[in-house]
Amino acid sequence: MTAMLEPISELKLEGITKRFPGVLACDGISLQVRRGEVLALVGENGAGKTTLMNIIMGLYRPDSGSLFVNGEEVHFRTPGDAYARGIGMVHQHFMLVPNMTVAENLALGLKQLHHFMWLDIKGAARRIREVSERYELPVNPDAYIWQLSVGEQQRVELVKTLCLGARLLILDEPTSALTPQETDDLIERLQRMASELAIIFISHKLNEVKALSDRVSILRHGAVVFNGHTVNHEPAELAALMTGHEVTLPRNEGTGRPGKPLLSVKNLCVRGDRGNLVLDGLNLELRAGEILGVAGVSGNGQRELADTLAGLRAVESGEILFEGQNLANCSPRAIIDAGMGYVPEDRQTEGIVPSFSVKDNFILKDFASQQFSKLSFLRRREIDRHADQLKAGFDIRCPSTSTATGALSGGNIQKVILAREIARGPKALVAVYPTRGIDMGAQEFIHSQLLDHRRKGVGIVLISEELEEVMNLSDRIAVIYKGKILKTLPAVEATRERLGILMAGLTDTDSPPEPAASALPSAGAVHE
Amino acid sequence: MNPGVMTFNVLCLAVPFSVAILLAALGENFNQRAGVFNLGCDGIMCMGAFVGFMLPYFLKAGPMAPYGNLLGLAGALGVGAALGLLFALVTVTFGASQGIAGIGLQMLGWGLSGTLFRHFVGGVTGVEGILAMPIPWLSRIPFLGGVFFNHNPMAYVAFLLVPASWFLLYKTPWGLKVRAVGTHPRAADTMGINVVRTRYQALMLGGAMAGLAGAYLSLAQAKMFSDDLVAGRGFIAVALVYFGRWSPLGILGGALLFSIAQSFQLSMQVWGIKFPYEFAVMLPYVLVIVVLALARKARQLGPTDLGKPYNREMRF
Repeated sequence: MTAMLEPISELKLEGITKRFPGVLACDGISLQVRRGEVLALVGENGAGKTTLMNIIMGLYRPDSGSLFVNGEEVHFRTPGDAYARGIGMVHQHFMLVPNMTVAENLALGLKQLHHFMWLDIKGAARRIREVSERYELPVNPDAYIWQLSVGEQQRVELVKTLCLGARLLILDEPTSALTPQETDDLIERLQRMASELAIIFISHKLNEVKALSDRVSILRHGAVVFNGHTVNHEPAELAALMTGHEVTLPRNEGTGRPGKPLLSVKNLCVRGDRGNLVLDGLNLELRAGEILGVAGVSGNGQRELADTLAGLRAVESGEILFEGQNLANCSPRAIIDAGMGYVPEDRQTEGIVPSFSVKDNFILKDFASQQFSKLSFLRRREIDRHADQLKAGFDIRCPSTSTATGALSGGNIQKVILAREIARGPKALVAVYPTRGIDMGAQEFIHSQLLDHRRKGVGIVLISEELEEVMNLSDRIAVIYKGKILKTLPAVEATRERLGILMAGLTDTDSPPEPAASALPSAGAVHE
Repeated sequence: MNPGVMTFNVLCLAVPFSVAILLAALGENFNQRAGVFNLGCDGIMCMGAFVGFMLPYFLKAGPMAPYGNLLGLAGALGVGAALGLLFALVTVTFGASQGIAGIGLQMLGWGLSGTLFRHFVGGVTGVEGILAMPIPWLSRIPFLGGVFFNHNPMAYVAFLLVPASWFLLYKTPWGLKVRAVGTHPRAADTMGINVVRTRYQALMLGGAMAGLAGAYLSLAQAKMFSDDLVAGRGFIAVALVYFGRWSPLGILGGALLFSIAQSFQLSMQVWGIKFPYEFAVMLPYVLVIVVLALARKARQLGPTDLGKPYNREMRF
């Protein structure tokens, strides 16, 4: 890290190939990125993007192919080697030690601060202040990581990487855990920083790619299938190249006739993890055969609402009437048996048991039913048949239904959950961030499934931060703010601007004022 | 009896009781901070007690006699570090289950020390051991002098190791690395920290301290060896680390609480209070269980990757 080499101005990859047992993760990939340039690397989950970046960082060794920095061939064995040549990476899952401060996290990597029996923690803090001022990325060096919001942690990662001397930044899906506000903020900061750095930006959100990058390369099945200048191509075109076919996210055409009332939530009050009232007199009405979108800045009670509807959180007061039956404070089992389906926010820890096979995850809610067990023995043949049917019906890509579910990609895990919930024939479905962090192909599939079941009369509560998603799918949109539904409006009347104003907590008049260029709400309502 | 005198007696006795568990728990804390819990701590203490006793015992008559105790302590540190190394090999390099490997190490240390002792010595024999060293002036302060400054030199060392291990963990580069690999080894790896090497070092240091704790029992406290000398103190040490929430100061508090309970139950027997002694003996152990069960769970500041082997190529 102390090497006095000339700063990196160009990175070139030639014919990089990497095999894992049974998979060709990278197949002769050649790429190039220069200073002052943002290269977007786009591809579906499992296309080989992250493997390629781990090769650049020296975490994996390529089977063949070469890396060149400023035209000179390099061989990285550890991330330290890559940093020594000015290449740094911000990983999708943050590489920060939560019980240490920001300065301590940086000090881990800055070997010049390591003295015998003494750690120059002030030096680390000084370095952080310098870099955070220079790039306008405010961070407090003395804060503990666990105290910071996801957006702040993202900033810490950027500052840390820059402090370590990186002049070529690799950002692996940096926005996947951010709220829309934090995403806009990050994109803006990156645009400012781009002139003096080289950036490789990995994403499958094409609007971000469009907003930030100069050039775009598309990976499919481990190979580069497209290189081009971003300005010349529309997102739809890139999406088609990425998935190998035309992608048009389906829309709710609004032809459904709203059915009888299914679920009505009355004056619901619920406490959050810190004991404060997070839902404070919330009212909600869902009819059969409609999708009710719940939009809002995260932290306004969405998680608690979903938890409560699934029976995972105690109700302080109020009612949850489901076909006339009050489900408030009922056990999850009773709620499941009443016909409520649930697609939870955190698919890895709440949606599935990661170490269980796909077929076992399919029967998590029904293992004791007549269909899957007899005299308290599992009926394996029936379980296999059921699993094969769902695997085919939901296009779940896994080697077999005996594979551990945690080893699948995010999109496929989400399909497993959705398949389980829909196969049970629910009357109502609560779906929380159903497409967060998953690629276009899977997203398209999940959206059309939701619309399909809406047509079949299922009532769906869709909680999401993606305004596009909410607006595309919903019949009505309820805006949640500080634990209350601020307003419910028909989807046809909703615009991005109008929802943005409502999400910021301003009750609009029926004719909204002229919106600002990017009228997303300020982060003022975020409690996290 | 005068309650002041009773308190004085209990406290004077509690300090020497706390030394062995304190030393072992401070060592175990390094293990756990680095992400490995070593249930074999008790077995290492047995081996430390054995080696610590054997060296001065064999050198008793020879020209090396004056250095017997020091060599005993050095031997205990060495055998502790070696067993820590063995444990690291099994759990870090081969990724074996830490719980099972720890129980194996406990049985190995306990059985081996007892067997070797019977083979080479047998019966009850003593050594002169390390003698108490009242600190001039300070030990004459009324009450406090007796409680704090009238002990074995190893007791002073153990208590000084509390701030020393705090400093090591929080103020030195090595401590930073230890805390990082115990909480988020992958992050440490991406920052160029050698996770495997750091865990080896922490386990060897922890083992050495457990060995020293054992030697305290045989050389300073009992001045003899028998195979039930350690009597499960290694497990108490592991519990103390949880109790003290991975902070040296918290561990000190736990060690004192436990040993005060221990010395209280002994004093109760001495005072002739009519209470079935079988229950009195249980008191400190019951106390540990109750306190552990009631303690507020605050994992936030602890090593969250405790117990998990690290493998760079592992995906989920």
